[in-house]
Amino acid sequence: MPERIDFWGIPENWGSPAFYVYSLMFLAAAILLIRFYLRARLWWKVGRPGFHWNHLLQRLGRVINYGILQTKVLSQRYPGLMHASIAWSFFVFFLGTGLATIDSHFYKILVGIPYLLHKLVMDVFVVIFFIGAGLAVFRRFIQKPPRLTISSGFTWSLALTILIVLGGLLTESLRLAVEKPSWAWWSPIGWLVAKLWISTEASSATLTNWHLVIWVAHLLIVVITIITLPVSTLLHIITGPANIFFSNPDRKPGRLSPIPENSKAEPIYSDSLRNLSWMQFLSADACTECGRCQDVCPAYAAGTSLNPKILILNLRDALKQDASSILHGNTNTHLLIGEWIKENALWSCTTCMACVYECPILINHIDTIVDMRRHLVIKGQMDGELQAALENFGRYGNSFGQSDRMRARWTQTITPKIKDARREQVEYLWFVGDYASYNPTLSDITIKTAEIFNKIGLDYGLLYDAERNSGNDIRRIGEEGLYEMLMEKNVAAIEKCHFQTIITTDPHSYNTLKNEYPINQDKRILHYTELLDQLISSGRLKFRKKLGIKATYHDPCYIGRYNEIYAAPRQVIQATGCELIEMPRHAERAFCCGAGGGRIWMPEGDVKERPSEIRIREAVELDGVSHFIVACPKDITMFRDAVKTTGNEDKIAVKDLIELVHAAL
Amino acid sequence: MSQDIYVLIEHNQGQVAEISYVMLAAGRQLAGIHGSQLFAMLLGYQAQGLSLDIAADKLLYIDHPALKEFAQDAYLLTLTEIIKSRQPRVVLFGNTTIGSDIAGAVSIALGLDLASSCRYFTSDGKFVSQICGGKIMAEGNLSSGTTLLTMVPGGYKPEEGQSEHPPVIENFSPPVLDNLRIKNIKFIQPESFDIDISKESILISVGRGIQTRDNLELAENLANSLGGVVCASRPVIDQGWLPTTRLVGKSGKHVKPKVYIALGISGAPEHVEAITGSETIIAINTDPKAPIFDIATYGTETDLFDLIDVLVEKVEAAKAS
Amino acid sequence: MKIVVFVKLVPDLVEELTVDPGGTTLDTTWLRMIINEFDDHAVEQAILLKEKTSTQVIVIAPDFDGVDEVLFTACAKGADQIIKLTGDFSSINNHALARAVASRIKILQPDLVLTGVQANNDIDGSIGPALAACLNQPFVGYVSGVTLEDNTAIVQKEYPGGVIAEMSITLPAVLGIQAAEQPPRYVAVSKVRQVMKTSNIDEQPLDELDNSGFPEVTRMFQSETSAHAEMITGSPDEIADRLVSVFKEKGILQRTNR
Repeated sequence: MPERIDFWGIPENWGSPAFYVYSLMFLAAAILLIRFYLRARLWWKVGRPGFHWNHLLQRLGRVINYGILQTKVLSQRYPGLMHASIAWSFFVFFLGTGLATIDSHFYKILVGIPYLLHKLVMDVFVVIFFIGAGLAVFRRFIQKPPRLTISSGFTWSLALTILIVLGGLLTESLRLAVEKPSWAWWSPIGWLVAKLWISTEASSATLTNWHLVIWVAHLLIVVITIITLPVSTLLHIITGPANIFFSNPDRKPGRLSPIPENSKAEPIYSDSLRNLSWMQFLSADACTECGRCQDVCPAYAAGTSLNPKILILNLRDALKQDASSILHGNTNTHLLIGEWIKENALWSCTTCMACVYECPILINHIDTIVDMRRHLVIKGQMDGELQAALENFGRYGNSFGQSDRMRARWTQTITPKIKDARREQVEYLWFVGDYASYNPTLSDITIKTAEIFNKIGLDYGLLYDAERNSGNDIRRIGEEGLYEMLMEKNVAAIEKCHFQTIITTDPHSYNTLKNEYPINQDKRILHYTELLDQLISSGRLKFRKKLGIKATYHDPCYIGRYNEIYAAPRQVIQATGCELIEMPRHAERAFCCGAGGGRIWMPEGDVKERPSEIRIREAVELDGVSHFIVACPKDITMFRDAVKTTGNEDKIAVKDLIELVHAAL
Repeated sequence: MSQDIYVLIEHNQGQVAEISYVMLAAGRQLAGIHGSQLFAMLLGYQAQGLSLDIAADKLLYIDHPALKEFAQDAYLLTLTEIIKSRQPRVVLFGNTTIGSDIAGAVSIALGLDLASSCRYFTSDGKFVSQICGGKIMAEGNLSSGTTLLTMVPGGYKPEEGQSEHPPVIENFSPPVLDNLRIKNIKFIQPESFDIDISKESILISVGRGIQTRDNLELAENLANSLGGVVCASRPVIDQGWLPTTRLVGKSGKHVKPKVYIALGISGAPEHVEAITGSETIIAINTDPKAPIFDIATYGTETDLFDLIDVLVEKVEAAKAS
Repeated sequence: MKIVVFVKLVPDLVEELTVDPGGTTLDTTWLRMIINEFDDHAVEQAILLKEKTSTQVIVIAPDFDGVDEVLFTACAKGADQIIKLTGDFSSINNHALARAVASRIKILQPDLVLTGVQANNDIDGSIGPALAACLNQPFVGYVSGVTLEDNTAIVQKEYPGGVIAEMSITLPAVLGIQAAEQPPRYVAVSKVRQVMKTSNIDEQPLDELDNSGFPEVTRMFQSETSAHAEMITGSPDEIADRLVSVFKEKGILQRTNR
């Protein structure tokens, strides 16, 4: 009957191999834990402690989903397959070794069929591992995508893992070559290699000696791997799942984390390592340097100084370099903001959330960026243009520096006069937003929206001059106080109105109204694309014409990734009789126009290529697409400009979704 | 009190400022109304030569080393002395970096009434001043006593204040100018490596309405295609988007191009006074009430962001044909 | 050293300005009052001096709608003391203000008084020179740079054409600020709100305002817009065509063809 033999081929005069192995392993594990602890304790010694254990089951579920099943990792085919092959193989090897330990010391289970299955599974995963490792070698040494960190640390880790698996395979094959058991085929790979040894006609003694040498080497490599793990790139095996576990499970992406406060309820600004939270350091140490965030970042693509990956890694390096000085009370360390992290990098972020969406271990770059921006804002360190915009918001409630009484000027030509929701009861309260209200080039679209509402007899009204900028992007600039001021004014105005549902034109307003405003829970908040979709499916909105246009749709970040409204706008576009062709990057992976997070009020600086231009080039590649449909007023300005600057005016037209609806009515 | 009209001639580094001639033209109108004489007051040091083209009946010349360049305390002592002894009907100052510094102090020191930013006088001798960035005009009668006014350009042509015949010079002895508290140390000339916008014949000028630094590119494109130069009003210069040598306005350059295109400039008085010498002013501003339209030859309320690209194309096309 | 900054609020020109039915003053119904932007520069200049030479900065403003926020903002920027002058300012002019403020300043005895060089509603001259005369102190206006020495200030005065005069002025003195050495800084709203909780505005009532020194206004009117400009309307295309023909008339298109 086939069964597992403990420590095959180890000379008996060596004494108990179990003693050596477990002593070594115990020692290695102790070193691992001590080294890891020495590193990890800096997180809360330097940073602010505060551990959250609530929603335990949900947290564990997330660890299983993202850490073990690795669903985010798998969302990109090549690197996903590569990583999962290696990681899952090691999970299996680890379980297999665990079973073997139980078998040796506690309960004989690896006997007969279970043993053979065990051998088979382990061997299959050897194959899977080598596929993954092969993909990794190819990627790292041949493909070399720019997002990867090409450093010796990764080569070291990859070499160690390959050597570990190779060692296991070789010892198994040598054992099989000597033993030649009848069930050898249950270890198909091991047996194939064993046949190679057999074909050399080496003596059993020679093979056993080789086995011994490799077995010892295998053991030592495992020990080396374990003791170097806390300083190697494999550290993410621990920190990755830890980051997933401790990341906030019940926060909506559209709700920004508030300014942290100390015990006296005073705000804490992220101006130094001391004032960061331990979670931010855990995230920094958990970063696998996979570069997915870099790949999708519009600020990075535009050639600005922001690279989300480097930003996170700078935090890691800052902690590594400055922690001991800080703990010894030495204040003469590098500036966190200004030296470790450049101000320009912080201001370059469009808060599009693509990085956060992609990160396989749930690092939240935007939280850190906004925290640091809050520090810059409180210090008044910002560009003059942005300052002027913020002053305008403070004074007028809009960035255009126009009187609040001019907000509804676009309504002048509309008859009958749009209801004033502050005075009359309405079903829908339309929160128009700054761009749609003040920008003269967009008033045409805003008027069309009103015309559609009138045509279908929607009962709606406006806040007129009581509306203020919603503050979504002001909050993301880091001007929390101004955000609160605008929000309070809007909420006060909204609370005076009688309505059931708020509709917004601007996705940014939508996001903060829906996720951040303290508005009565029984009020619904809809983006106009959602409203139109509902009106179409209820039969209230019917189209006379089929437009017959080939169009592509650009998902605005703040209704797309932030609020997962993907279907509604697409259904509306199709209902107008357009053929919808998707861009390669769409829905969750849509590429930002570059205007969000307050970027629209900041100077562009030196950019290689504007994100909006990159996006237009992506769209004109599509076969026969003549219309680029957007659902955000800022997108209209950004993309109409980009169409001009890329010289694609005769190829593609930028239209708001509402214009399609208007044309098809 | 006499009925004579007195004008303070402003000069700096040996140059009579243009506002002086504007005031002489206004003073001439007032002297006509009051049937009196027009006096120019020139405070300086060995500066009689500056008086040659001054169109006044008489020029009161006060010579003292302390009056070589403008210093508020020396001017204050001298002017209070003149006004006390001559009791004029009206004294005109420029609403300028010189006149504004002194007029208010004279008013308080002598207890005389002062009206500022006067643009013109009506035919019956009322002053008309502009306030609120030129959006509001205030009209009033001169007070019964000596009235002080500071004047902005725009109401009179400077040529009307110039004459081929030098005025009769009357010397006035300066008061004791000791223990002065303001001293001129030196003059710093603007960086000279940049273009002199006062000599350019086509200017594209940008104001607050340009919104962002990046949008300056629009103005540059238009300037390139017209063969002109980009300049700006104060808010743009304060942002550091263009060097101070490109500032058009009271403390910047006064310009006289053939064509002055104002992009998103509201037309604050400090700016307007510096461009009145332009042959043609084209104002592009979405605010129909912007004061710039008062002085522009052509105006349009179209958004400059919609217009400029189209305009550049059309200019290129016109040049090619 | 002690610096007093005098700040006042002026009508916001963004709002539509109308004349009161009486016809001699502005209609204040829709008037929004904002800090005079030159006064904002004066505050900034004072704070910059404080940062360099640790002087004490006191900001004084007459009570107009919105003045509290202006004073608290100055405090958040670094002013040590904020004073609000209360009284009826509905028809006040700069002469009256200058006399009233001078009486306060005589008590405070600062080394230097800074104020904005002008304000958009000045109708009887700017306040700086009047204030200086009330205090019998020298005045320099259009200042864009200040350095303090023992009992003198070295200032940069701007003249037309970008010429700058460097002057020395014996203290105490009054300066009219055209521009601070750097643009006024941004103060986060939360910082202002914080200051509102922790600082106090020192309220000082003013009685007997003496408005003499300004001739009576008999009529106030909106300046007639579009009086001179020929307005071009139409689509951007049509407007551009018209402008090109203007350029041709002016003969400037040929020039560029050289």
